[in-house]
Amino acid sequence: MINQKVYLNPKLFDDDVEQVPSRMGFGEGLVLAGEENPNVVGLCADLTGSTKMDAFAKKFPERYVQIGVAEQNLATVASGMAAAGKIPFISSYAMFSPGRNWEQIRTTICYNNQPVKIIGSHAGISVGPDGATHQALEDMAIMRVIPNMVVIAPCDTIEARKATQAVARTKEPSYIRLSREKVPVVTTQQTPFEIGKAQVFYEGKDVTIIACGQMVFRALQAAKELEESKISVRVINCSTIKPLDKTTILKAAEETGAIVTVEEHQVYCGLGSAVAELVSQHYPVPVKIIGIEDHFGESGEPDELLEKFGLTKEVIIKAVTAVLRMKNK
Amino acid sequence: MLSAHDIKQLELKADLIRQDIIKMLVAAGSGHSAGPLGMADVFTALYFNVLKHNPQNPDWSERDRLVLSNGHICPVLYATLAHAHYFPIHELKTLRMLGTRLQGHPHREALPGLETTSGPLGSGLSQASGMAYVGRMDGKSWHVYCLMSDAEQDAGNIWEAAMFAGKNKLANLTAIMDRNNIQIDGYTEDIMPLEPIKDKYEAFNWHVIEIDGHNFEEIIAACNLAKAIENKPVLIIAHTIPGKGVDFMEYKFEWHGIPPDSADVKGAPPKGEQAKKALDELRTLQGKIRSEHE
Repeated sequence: MINQKVYLNPKLFDDDVEQVPSRMGFGEGLVLAGEENPNVVGLCADLTGSTKMDAFAKKFPERYVQIGVAEQNLATVASGMAAAGKIPFISSYAMFSPGRNWEQIRTTICYNNQPVKIIGSHAGISVGPDGATHQALEDMAIMRVIPNMVVIAPCDTIEARKATQAVARTKEPSYIRLSREKVPVVTTQQTPFEIGKAQVFYEGKDVTIIACGQMVFRALQAAKELEESKISVRVINCSTIKPLDKTTILKAAEETGAIVTVEEHQVYCGLGSAVAELVSQHYPVPVKIIGIEDHFGESGEPDELLEKFGLTKEVIIKAVTAVLRMKNK
Repeated sequence: MLSAHDIKQLELKADLIRQDIIKMLVAAGSGHSAGPLGMADVFTALYFNVLKHNPQNPDWSERDRLVLSNGHICPVLYATLAHAHYFPIHELKTLRMLGTRLQGHPHREALPGLETTSGPLGSGLSQASGMAYVGRMDGKSWHVYCLMSDAEQDAGNIWEAAMFAGKNKLANLTAIMDRNNIQIDGYTEDIMPLEPIKDKYEAFNWHVIEIDGHNFEEIIAACNLAKAIENKPVLIIAHTIPGKGVDFMEYKFEWHGIPPDSADVKGAPPKGEQAKKALDELRTLQGKIRSEHE
């Protein structure tokens, strides 16, 4: 059952659940962060409207910097601004930043240890008709391998807003991945959010589903349906992929004995890998990783693509059944 | 105006820095020779005349910022910082060794006096532009200097930065290009022609000054002029001799990425004798200076 202590959206399972792209939450959060700290600045590579930095640009024009279509410059100018005392947020599509400017992020932001906040919008297969060139499915992998970097994939617009405000208050280089498409609003203003803390959204004891991004909603749908078949599923919203909340995940491994992970990302080096790396070394239990199986995406409507690439409630339920079989063998 | 005495003092300082560059490279057994020797005069002029800085308080908020973009010439930066009393000179011999603060390419958090971490080429001009943007935004009087190589002009990131600085009229930014015409694989104009480099920067809305990078009067006058130019970032193209001061290294691209005593380069003394000969015969513009010291 839903964990009452996390105050999820009461209309979560209704057909008319509110749907909002998580990039909207970033836009709101950046304005709030800008109000809170005059050192917050925003830089964008010619995608100010679609990454939702426009509200900040309008409110604080003197703290907004247009870089043009130049993502390497986006990262490195931000590094210089951070060195001079600012908290720069840089936004683009995830495919271009951190996709194109990885080395600049590694050397001039992470190794150089500057508090630059990288916002990668349009991540995942649900980008839709733009096709594979614009569907970032490797971004969490390339960000989580760099020392000093924090990686967050918020589950909805409200969590994206909180994550944006939270990273503005830290000194660490940080990456937030966002969706282009509308996704169901899972949380509320009261839902706790803390960087590095995974939250149990659904309580259960037989098996755990660990998800991030919009897959959290589908994991919750799967848990509800499985509950009707008397399978008690725990759902963890693991919005911080790095640093991973070891305590909450190892507790789940110990108490439920089987794990399914779900992410809108390659199955390699993302959330599933992070969970498998942890539990295999500290509390080995069967793990099934759901994600994109080493493919590029393609054009299509978001729901068609999620179905084609196996990111559905039905696939999650099947994986839960399989992992339970492994557990009980 | 610089007096003849001032210039002599700077030349002697540059000579000491060159000696230390040779010694530290030999001790390390790897590293770059040509660029550091070629830029010793520019670094000496900057740290001992041009820059507003405070070695006793490296993080002084009002300091000028010097960003080294081509991190591989860090032996000259390290030697100059040591002579400017940022850290003890004897630490120079730890270059590239396990546990050292003098990393093979500079790391900001390792050593006082470094403004950034660099090594991969082409990123420094953007960082310097970001700093200059903030300096103007916050009404600060400090100036930003970016030292970069000619070969790194091959990198696209440089031109992204050149456009950004030109668009934003970053008058508090001065870039100094080490125009020594060499890179690892050969001569710059063979690898990827850069000329007419002055016209290119002017077309990007920069003011460009060309100087002899071994002439202290020219280096310092150009830096002063650069600060006086309004509404534009300034590029100083410093024409330098790679390997400057060591006869058998000068002008030879083969010495770009290797230390003395390491290679059979045409015209050089045998391995094992190169360091001694380099130190013995080290010279400045005025000719061999070893005998003058002794």
